[in-house]
Amino acid sequence: MSFLADEFRPGTFVDAFRFMGDNPGLLAHKTAQHLELSGAALGIALVLALPLGVWLGHLHRGSFVAISASNFGRALPSLVLIAFGLTIFGIGFWNNTFALVVLAIPPILTNAFFGVDGVDRDAVEAARGMGMTGRQVLLRVELPLALPLVFAGVRIAAIFVIATATIAAIAGGGGLGEIMVNQASYRLAGVVAASLWVSFLAFAAAAILGLARRALSPRGAPAR
Amino acid sequence: MTLREAGGPVIPNFGHASSCVTENRFFCTDWFRAHWDDTLQPALLEHLKLSAIAVGIGFVLAFALALVAYRYRRLDHPIGLASDFLYTIPSLALFQLLVPITGLTVTTVEVALVGYTLLILYRNTLEGLRGVPEDVREAARGMGYTPTQSLLRVEIPLAVPAIVAGLRIATVSTVSIATVAAFVIPEGLGRPIFVALGTNVFKTEILAAGGLAIALALVADALLVGLQRALTPWARRHRL
Repeated sequence: MSFLADEFRPGTFVDAFRFMGDNPGLLAHKTAQHLELSGAALGIALVLALPLGVWLGHLHRGSFVAISASNFGRALPSLVLIAFGLTIFGIGFWNNTFALVVLAIPPILTNAFFGVDGVDRDAVEAARGMGMTGRQVLLRVELPLALPLVFAGVRIAAIFVIATATIAAIAGGGGLGEIMVNQASYRLAGVVAASLWVSFLAFAAAAILGLARRALSPRGAPAR
Repeated sequence: MTLREAGGPVIPNFGHASSCVTENRFFCTDWFRAHWDDTLQPALLEHLKLSAIAVGIGFVLAFALALVAYRYRRLDHPIGLASDFLYTIPSLALFQLLVPITGLTVTTVEVALVGYTLLILYRNTLEGLRGVPEDVREAARGMGYTPTQSLLRVEIPLAVPAIVAGLRIATVSTVSIATVAAFVIPEGLGRPIFVALGTNVFKTEILAAGGLAIALALVADALLVGLQRALTPWARRHRL
């Protein structure tokens, strides 16, 4: 694999911003693809991992699963997963979604587990003493208190998925990575512009999740 | 690819591909065995070298930085903020961003990989040092240790679990990111993957190289767990 490497000048960053200004349509189109892919992957990972982590944490069981998930998940290179997805699903939307889902599950699962598992036992006992059922304890005491950690996991997963979705371009996944792997067409300025834009998207997603956490947290809960 | 002797066949020689390979079935052990020596093993060794150098340099730099920030607390915040930003830069872009400066060389890849490891290792080392209980530090002082002695004999050994935890994350993520390095230089386990993606998604090669990358990460992780056990014999009785 080879590509034409542009000369790097300090002005490259200025050019990158000019690139953003000159190609709003292109960026909007690729951003939409990028967010569609990231959002789908994050959504599926949430549906799969969040209930499992919360439930295991509620039972105080399966810490081995939660720890192994995060260790094993980290050992899976994103490029390898995307290539694996390609061999299983063929080219298209699902191969990349599969890879990103697998990458997003470990942080969500592990944090949900430790968040709920680590809730102050006294608080849980008190809730039981007030006559709450297991489900009420989970929904009204454990989940609200576990929110900071749960959200931290989702935040890590979101940043990770948005940054990694760029690699999907190698497997024909579209998105902002398509600009990054095509320096011959978009020049280094385009590559830098796409990269800055992805960083911005990741930060924005983290900020939105931070706001959502604050909105959902009960007033007395520890803010972390 | 070498040129065939003049007058030789013009038709490219694809070797003796088995039906499994031509049909691109899920995994062809014959291909794996035939290409272990010329493709997979060299790629694995290159990958190991790329990762080891990055983690080694990253560890030395991060350790020094963490010791500085441990003494001079004010420096911590800017370094931490830089870490958050660097982590959102996609590796695909960082490699390309460095190419104009350091060329299509191993240096380019190493600079990027060291950058990613640096921040994990720095964070963990610093947190490990700060996690040493004040009582313990007092006790060391009470025994007449100078600050340097206390650091070397008490604080750093107690920070080992946090440092090794950082090393584990850094090593595993370096092995992972190093696969993308093949986008700029033809080295490491990413190379056979890119080649396979370019040739009709050749499944055997993808699974073999990808499997090796995952295995390398897991083995390195297991070795580091062993290292931690060996370095902290006192922790064995208290923890699992």
